[in-house]
Amino acid sequence: MALLQISEPGMGAAPHQHRLAVGIDLGTTNSLVATVRSGLSVVLHDNDGRALLPSVVRFLADGQVEVGMAAQTQQSHDPQNTIASAKRFMGRGLKDIADITHLPYRFLDEPGMVQLRTVAGVKSPVEVSAEILKVLKARAEDALGGELTGAVITVPAYFDDAQRQATKDAARLAGINVLRLLNEPTAAAVAYGLDNGAEGVYVVYDLGGGTFDVSILRLAKGIFEVLATNGDSALGGDDFDRRIYCWVLEQAKLPPLAPEDNSLLMTKAREAKEWLTNNPEARITCVLRSGDIVDMTLTTSTFIDLTAPLVAKTIAPVKKALRDAKLLVDDVQGVVMVGGATRMPHIQHAVWEYFGQEPLTNLDPDKVVALGAAIQANVLAGNRNQDDLLLLDVVPLSLGLETMGGLTEKIIPRNATIPVARAQDFTTFKDGQTAMSIHVVQGERELVADCRSLARFELRGIPPMAAGAARIRVTFQVDADGLLSVSAREQNSGAEAHITVKPSYGLEENEIANMLQASYSHAGEDMQMRALRETQVDAERLLVAVAAALDKDGERYLNATERAAIDEHMRALRTAAAGNDAAAIKQTIAVLNQATDTFAARRMDASVRRALTGHKLEELN
Amino acid sequence: MLIAESFPLIANMHKTHFELFGLPPLFAIDIVRLDQAYRHLQAEVHPDRFAAATDSERHQSLQWATHANEAYRTLKNPLTRARYLLQLHGVDTQEESNTAMPADFLMRQMEWREAIEDAVVVADVEALEALDRGLRSEARSLREELSLALDEQNDYAGASEIVRKLRFLDKVQAEIDQAIDALES
Repeated sequence: MALLQISEPGMGAAPHQHRLAVGIDLGTTNSLVATVRSGLSVVLHDNDGRALLPSVVRFLADGQVEVGMAAQTQQSHDPQNTIASAKRFMGRGLKDIADITHLPYRFLDEPGMVQLRTVAGVKSPVEVSAEILKVLKARAEDALGGELTGAVITVPAYFDDAQRQATKDAARLAGINVLRLLNEPTAAAVAYGLDNGAEGVYVVYDLGGGTFDVSILRLAKGIFEVLATNGDSALGGDDFDRRIYCWVLEQAKLPPLAPEDNSLLMTKAREAKEWLTNNPEARITCVLRSGDIVDMTLTTSTFIDLTAPLVAKTIAPVKKALRDAKLLVDDVQGVVMVGGATRMPHIQHAVWEYFGQEPLTNLDPDKVVALGAAIQANVLAGNRNQDDLLLLDVVPLSLGLETMGGLTEKIIPRNATIPVARAQDFTTFKDGQTAMSIHVVQGERELVADCRSLARFELRGIPPMAAGAARIRVTFQVDADGLLSVSAREQNSGAEAHITVKPSYGLEENEIANMLQASYSHAGEDMQMRALRETQVDAERLLVAVAAALDKDGERYLNATERAAIDEHMRALRTAAAGNDAAAIKQTIAVLNQATDTFAARRMDASVRRALTGHKLEELN
Repeated sequence: MLIAESFPLIANMHKTHFELFGLPPLFAIDIVRLDQAYRHLQAEVHPDRFAAATDSERHQSLQWATHANEAYRTLKNPLTRARYLLQLHGVDTQEESNTAMPADFLMRQMEWREAIEDAVVVADVEALEALDRGLRSEARSLREELSLALDEQNDYAGASEIVRKLRFLDKVQAEIDQAIDALES
């Protein structure tokens, strides 16, 4: 038997290296990046000391791109090429976007995700978001002085699968390794809960620029368990601006405005809303290109009347979430307010009234999501002893598929804890049927037409049988990012199933490749070189992970032969990674991964045993 | 959306859900212990613990965390717990095929449905909530009956009938929730 090796204290075999990881809040109106420094979560600023990056991207004719303040100041002058609130369009088709007539953009009416025509060509909301992410990535690498290991990117809890996938695609375009997609209210709860040592049932009320989320969580000893979530992915502070804007149009009896005037008036509306947070009335003045002069005063009481329906629209999801969690208002320990829009006093008042307690606002509602995401990123990157933080989140909307007659069959119900997998068997409708079309949908309604279509694919190669004889098992798996994968297999024949995917509102793999190509050629980079570099980074990451696992458990779970085999594959990968054949590196990565399968299984079994033993020890106490 | 090839779910997880969480196979379980054991298990196997690990480990972690969630959900909910226990005893609860119910239960079913319809017509959310509370207490006494039938009398046929009743109550409660949702939005 080999002797166990013990290293000197503080001299681990693999010296611990602090990995650079950040949390990114990709917001509808503003975006932020935060990181954990010396154990404290902090928001990173730009060179001018600003934390909030306006989520505005302007495309110029010469191919240059302006992001943030620079773009925002040009919004009124160049409205068609200056895209704000792109988050509202992520994973969405043209028909899904409300108020499209008020938006100055040139939308392309094509199947799938909506596209915008700009002077720099047609842009997808994913590309617009990627520009914002690139700026935040550069800000973080500047501030931290090195390449990022990865990022946690937040999404509204109520985002559906298409919107989540679009967000992940945007990160990929921006060259960011996504450690996890994290729900915004959960991120806020982490920042809040860890700061306040909170225990019990908490509600996070998150009204952002364009989305509304409510999550109900049970906090206990570093475990954040989401019990239920609800919301409206098309309701936010922007809608309050729009109410003011419409009120001005109505009161001033203005004719339809030019795009520049629309943008100007929307800006004025937003400023008035913000002014009303601390003042009883707001004056709205501007001179339009048409020569019309606007000069009006909006009182708080008028503003409250105008927006009462919007406030009510946020309370309905709160009630639903409580019902789903099988809890009453009295069970709630505290209500955390998140999102800039919750600064509006009448929102706070409505929440206070509903819960019968003062909402908690001691963390900056604009920053709390990014701060929480940074804490999670730090844990996922392995910088912190993980034993004290675990997030258990849920699926926001039921996932199912279309059955006969356009009806939905739910496979995974809403509020199921992720990761989750469910399978259901289906059969053929006609004699000799050899293919089956599978339509994946998300939503709570009975009719497929009322749910969101996520994807369609076909299972082919079913051996011809009598109607009803085939047994096709469709399995839905939702991973820890909340992303769905679907597989289908005919059970009786065991025949190889062929699956083709047509994402309804996502991007095809080749579209992403083209976008990457375009962005590289613009940055003067060589696509091939970049791909090689990324593969080398993957190889490095795998080698580090395997080395760490071997260091910890190699002696315990591997015999000499098995250990030698893994060592050999590691050597091979090191050699391959030093070369410049990306395909060969990928192949060697796959081989090493496969070679560590058994080792991984043994380690996992040991972890499970440890969990149960730990449990029993506690019982003895 | 990603479409993955089908993979065999959970290769070597032969333990029953009760064994997995170190609990005796009873209907009357200690929920606090279940919660604790579940959290201990997730603390070890959750994908967040393996964000920087190898593909193999991440895959294993996903499978185990998925399994832990499924086992927890099954035991946490009284209806699924009873169904699972009966399954372990080789008893089919015949929820789809056996629709025979005692006459008095059928009567009450009709009363509940009528009460829902009446409340919806006049948009009376409070009446629906009161009805919901009534059903909850009904479910509570059914759970007590289940505990007796399963844990003490080994009366699996009787337990199956109670499961069918509980399932029915679940459906009615879901209808109430939907009706309230519709009235409130």
